[in-house]
Amino acid sequence: METVVQNMQGVPLNHYILFCSVIFAIGVIGVLIRRNVIIIMMSVELMLNSVNLLLTAFSAYSGDPSGQVFVFFIMALAAAEVAVGLAIIVMVYRNTRSVDINALNRLRG
Amino acid sequence: MSVFYFVAFLSIFFALMTIFAKNPVHSVLYLVVTFFTFTVHYILLNAQFLAVVNFIVYMGAIMVLFLFVLMLLNLNKDTEPMKSNLVKFMGVIAGMCLVATLAGSFRVLASSEPIVLKNPDIGLVGNLGRVLFSEFLLPFEISSILLLTAMVGAVLLAKNDPKKA
Repeated sequence: METVVQNMQGVPLNHYILFCSVIFAIGVIGVLIRRNVIIIMMSVELMLNSVNLLLTAFSAYSGDPSGQVFVFFIMALAAAEVAVGLAIIVMVYRNTRSVDINALNRLRG
Repeated sequence: MSVFYFVAFLSIFFALMTIFAKNPVHSVLYLVVTFFTFTVHYILLNAQFLAVVNFIVYMGAIMVLFLFVLMLLNLNKDTEPMKSNLVKFMGVIAGMCLVATLAGSFRVLASSEPIVLKNPDIGLVGNLGRVLFSEFLLPFEISSILLLTAMVGAVLLAKNDPKKA
């Protein structure tokens, strides 16, 4: 572990911020350009993960464990969100026989 | 130091592959690889607890859930209707604008000091557990209610309604 810790000495915090922004933007692009609901949910997961990594980086930077506890809560939240979201997708597929979001533009039963 | 840049490059590459892959199953598999690179990032930050949780919860549970739903809905073929090229192009432009705006605003920050782990055992299980069960005890208990609510909601949503169908 010491060598791993030694490896990290020297990466500026700005590079972490930039990297996480790029990952977040990739998630946004995925939400915008895809029509499959499952892939849109995966893009949302990507955005959540980029924020998690940034929180961890800030936590390590400032020496405060609260950030990593927040990441733990976000992971619990993401698990709940995925369970409910996928249940909704299964129900939508049962009603409309597709996972295309254009089939959902009318919110009628 | 160069390990970070290599793993960051891999993360961005596989994230791009995730959203541009045609086949949804390939997309899920690329997302698994992306989450693995995130686990490597956590290890590099010496956040060992988060690395293990990320590995188990994200790669183990959530991705299996995605794959399972894909298999259940029988979507493992390229039948997905794609958006028109104009909409795709505009989406990519919008994402690039987001990156440009964020990067431009970060130039003002100038907080470019390198990350030095002042307290290297901050992400170990013992330390995080002590914080979690002293300062964050109430949110921890509330998150258990959240998980219970999600479980009840998922069961109710996915259950076949015998009256309607």
